[in-house]
Amino acid sequence: MHRLDHLVERSAARLPGHVAVEDPSRATAITYAALNAITDRIRDHLRALGVQPGDRVGIYAPKSIGTVASLFGILKAGAAYVPVDPGAPPARNAFIFKDCSVRAVLVDRKKVEGLRGEYEGQELREVAALDDLLPYGADLALLSVPPQPMAGPPVDTDNLSYILYTSGSTGKPKGVMHTHASALSFIDWCSTVFEPTPEDKFSSHAPFHFDLSILDIYVPLKHGATLVLIGESLGKQPAQLAQVIAETGITAWYSTPSILRLLVEFGKMETHDYSALRIVNFAGEVFPVKHLRALTKIWPHPRYFNLYGPTETNVCTYYAVDLPVPEDRTEPYPIGWACSGDECMVADFDYREVAPGAEGELLVTGGSVMRGYWNLPERNAQAFHVGEDGKRWYKTGDVVRDGGGGCYVFVGRRDRMVKRRGYRVELGEIESALYKHPAVTEAAVVALPDEQNGVLIKAFMNWMDDSKPSLIRLKQFCAKNLPLYMIPDRFSFLDTLPKTSTDKIDYQRLKTLP
Amino acid sequence: MGVQTGEIKATVKDYILDEFLPGEDPEALTDDTPLITGGILDSIATVKLVGFLEERFGVQFSAHEMSADYLDTLDDIAGIVSSKM
Repeated sequence: MHRLDHLVERSAARLPGHVAVEDPSRATAITYAALNAITDRIRDHLRALGVQPGDRVGIYAPKSIGTVASLFGILKAGAAYVPVDPGAPPARNAFIFKDCSVRAVLVDRKKVEGLRGEYEGQELREVAALDDLLPYGADLALLSVPPQPMAGPPVDTDNLSYILYTSGSTGKPKGVMHTHASALSFIDWCSTVFEPTPEDKFSSHAPFHFDLSILDIYVPLKHGATLVLIGESLGKQPAQLAQVIAETGITAWYSTPSILRLLVEFGKMETHDYSALRIVNFAGEVFPVKHLRALTKIWPHPRYFNLYGPTETNVCTYYAVDLPVPEDRTEPYPIGWACSGDECMVADFDYREVAPGAEGELLVTGGSVMRGYWNLPERNAQAFHVGEDGKRWYKTGDVVRDGGGGCYVFVGRRDRMVKRRGYRVELGEIESALYKHPAVTEAAVVALPDEQNGVLIKAFMNWMDDSKPSLIRLKQFCAKNLPLYMIPDRFSFLDTLPKTSTDKIDYQRLKTLP
Repeated sequence: MGVQTGEIKATVKDYILDEFLPGEDPEALTDDTPLITGGILDSIATVKLVGFLEERFGVQFSAHEMSADYLDTLDDIAGIVSSKM
């Protein structure tokens, strides 16, 4: 059987002395042979405490060579890893661990007490200190966790590889379950497009609880290349980050557009040598074209890919951006063609395929689609449309149209479309119009219920000049770029827009701001 | 007449600033700032403005007058209101 943990075993057999993971923040690195040996020992610790295939094991620690080793150790034990945000409150992380009833947790020593406090009356016994990770800057404890009572029908845990919790609109995180096969369907596609070699160095910017990490971790390790860890604090310091990308000789970068924009703005990138860089992947949100254009002027030689897909599908469509980006282009690039062994369909509200070119919801079926949400039978029933032929189509909630030949164009989120005065308004389209203004560096638009007008549209912007613009001028600018019914009712200016832990604009928080 | 349109303009300007441009510098709103074609007054706001004019100045508007042809600037508004008084 094809498994994620075999990737590192095979590379260790082929290139034992080659560097598998490099951690520039701690000035450490590990070879494939050493990584393979340490992961074997973690596997043995887990087996000794009774971890069985199909069990879940949590990871609660900042990014380090130790956390990379931990997740492979868990996979080698046949279990699925459940990574959580080390910066999130212990209560949220404990909710996740209890929700999927982890058998054990690999936890940063500084987080042990906080986690124990959330398991009142239950003993989290420390069964091992993973001392062989200390030289790599990771001080992890292995805790055994008592099983938690679980409501609902049993979950199929066969061949699960990991569960990533994403914040649900209801406020409770939900666990997206991927199998070894669904992860590999995506990873194997990456091999064909990016053609990695052992000389490559892939960035790991995204945290491990974020789905961008799947490409980051497994694609380089499959090919005997080197994974370069970008830790949580380095990842948020553009000037240092720009320097590290150049000095480590990263060849393939992958992040959200927000980070790339910060690099352009604050990275002083013209002072560094990026000749090693050959691939730039971005995903997670729309890349405003003005910022993409600015980036491609600083990095003119790599190939650029827009990768699209919710956590539930891995990357399911991709688009290779042709350079140069035309000066007059303001429309974001398409999300592109189906990939990762997936098939896409544009459907109406009754889940019938729409006419070619018409707008509808993007449905995805195929190899890289998740098994389902952990222990949420009702959500699973809602998440998929089962066709007459029995195919399970994941409903992305994203509205797209086929721009021709199966190259999909993103129109907006189903839940970001509002009706105003009888017109359908896509909030993302307002954002695109605001980005056309030369002084706007960030823009986000939210719709709030309003007693008088039905819906109130509020725009939040980061404004480059010190003085705030005249509201009249701003409205006049909008009137030139948008139909009148789409002009925001309110404008607010912030030094920086609030972000989620995965560096996307935090719309939920914006809705609570004045 | 001149004094009258001046007063109308000042009243309407205050109303528009209060109602539709909270926080805006009053000097930025001039007599010839386009209100409807400039995106400041949308259809609902235009209806509200006409309601205000009718009540405040005791005049009546017909449906075809509620458009940018008659109400796009403070000058336009003062002109049509004073012609009806």
